[in-house]
Amino acid sequence: MGAIYIMWLRELKRYFRSKAQIIVSLGQPTLYLLALGFGFGPVFAKAGAGNYIQFIAPGVIGMTVLFSSIFSGMAMLWDRQFGFLKETLVAPVPRLNIILGRTLGGATVAMLQGLLMLVVCLIAGFRPTHAHAPGAAASYNWAALPAAAIFVALIAIVFAALGASIGSTIKDMQGFQMLMNFLVLPLFFLSGALYPLKNLDTAMTWITHADPLAYGIDGLRGVLIGNWQFSFTWQFNFLLDFGLLAVLAAVFLGTSAWLFSRIQI
Amino acid sequence: MIQVENLTKTFDQFTAVNDITFQVDAGEIFAFLGPNGAGKTTTIKMLTTLLRPTTGRIHLDGFDPWVRQREARQRFGIVFQDPSLDNEQTAYENMELHGILYHVPHRVRAERIEQLLKMFELWERRNDYVKTFSGGMKRRLEIARGFLHTPKILFLDEPTLGLDPQSRNQLWNHVKALNELEKTTVFLTTHYMDEADRVAHRIAIMDHGAIVAVGTSAELKAKTQTDSLEGAFLALTGTSLRDESASSTDNLRRFAQMWQKR
Repeated sequence: MGAIYIMWLRELKRYFRSKAQIIVSLGQPTLYLLALGFGFGPVFAKAGAGNYIQFIAPGVIGMTVLFSSIFSGMAMLWDRQFGFLKETLVAPVPRLNIILGRTLGGATVAMLQGLLMLVVCLIAGFRPTHAHAPGAAASYNWAALPAAAIFVALIAIVFAALGASIGSTIKDMQGFQMLMNFLVLPLFFLSGALYPLKNLDTAMTWITHADPLAYGIDGLRGVLIGNWQFSFTWQFNFLLDFGLLAVLAAVFLGTSAWLFSRIQI
Repeated sequence: MIQVENLTKTFDQFTAVNDITFQVDAGEIFAFLGPNGAGKTTTIKMLTTLLRPTTGRIHLDGFDPWVRQREARQRFGIVFQDPSLDNEQTAYENMELHGILYHVPHRVRAERIEQLLKMFELWERRNDYVKTFSGGMKRRLEIARGFLHTPKILFLDEPTLGLDPQSRNQLWNHVKALNELEKTTVFLTTHYMDEADRVAHRIAIMDHGAIVAVGTSAELKAKTQTDSLEGAFLALTGTSLRDESASSTDNLRRFAQMWQKR
């Protein structure tokens, strides 16, 4: 227990100590929110699809959580470089506890980042809303926030564990950049964070449905803006999103623990 | 305390450690000397559960480090060739983290951290981030940390690399003092003959993955009919140079340093 706690605490300390980093890492999602949100807003509205800021806000929150969590896992690469990894590898505790602490710490940090991004979205005019019938007046739905937190947590754990699996495997910077281009960015762009997944052609439908983040974004958007405003909120459904992410979290946690336990230096 | 029998490690075609057998007694300071690439670090990695031996047997205080991993790990401390501190935490936090990972009870932990940090003259700097420390201070902190859980064996892999003579001198004084005070067995590797000569009770000379001689400094000198340990070393290992290729780790470390300077 002590090992899990101290590794978790380490991640939180790192987060709170680099205040500049907190702001910097919100910069990119904020740019997406504002530039795309207001830029595509008129087209989106003209297509009869409603308010684009409302649509994209859950997407950029998911984006923040994705980037923050997956990079926390890959940060193991730096620990490998600066040597701290070895201190944890020879410690007389199961490596499962080490990786669990790290991953949960990274996920906690990602959740905090997601929360901050939610605040940014609220400032930009986003409101969690809910209405029972299509066309009925939307009412603010602050009660959606706890449900949204569940999806934020799931996204955070899934991708922190995926990042930790990758961090246990790759050993140099080239691998890191390759993963950034061929894994993290596609995960984001194909997740439906920026556009609805409805009415895509068959190939795109298959690809987007294979993206785990799509289920996270779907859940997040579903609970945050209800199902009245767009015909395409809830591409999937709450149970599928929740269940799939929970299973993936378990699978990735297991994988990262296995890969981490096999590290030899 | 340490028993090694017929230990061998092969990487693909290359044999890094070739069938070595030796024994280190409790309370002894035992030095491994050898040119670059002789297999010293590979041996330490196998002894400390970081690398699985290809064949051979190891016992640390009676425990096989691959079978009873946790028991073995609890019994040794290690100072690696390159730093293994968390730069983003303070000296005290690094000690605290180590104490928790090694199950040092809360009250003992605080006492022992204070005692060791004072001994290694870091107590005044305990609340400073490790990234602000000099190379010598980081080394001292690592050694202090290695002793924190009162290990039976302390492994030191070239602990004085890159330190000035003052720091080296002081460091060995502390290690010797703790070896006498706590009866810690010390297993060290070094390039500096004078250090091995001064600190170690017994010395093993390693070359091309094999142990070519073991004994006290005096025995080695007598055996090779030389009057210094350096002379004995060169007589046993020859004078040719050993080149090591840079690993991907070295390359990445260079990159990381550039990155940090942003």
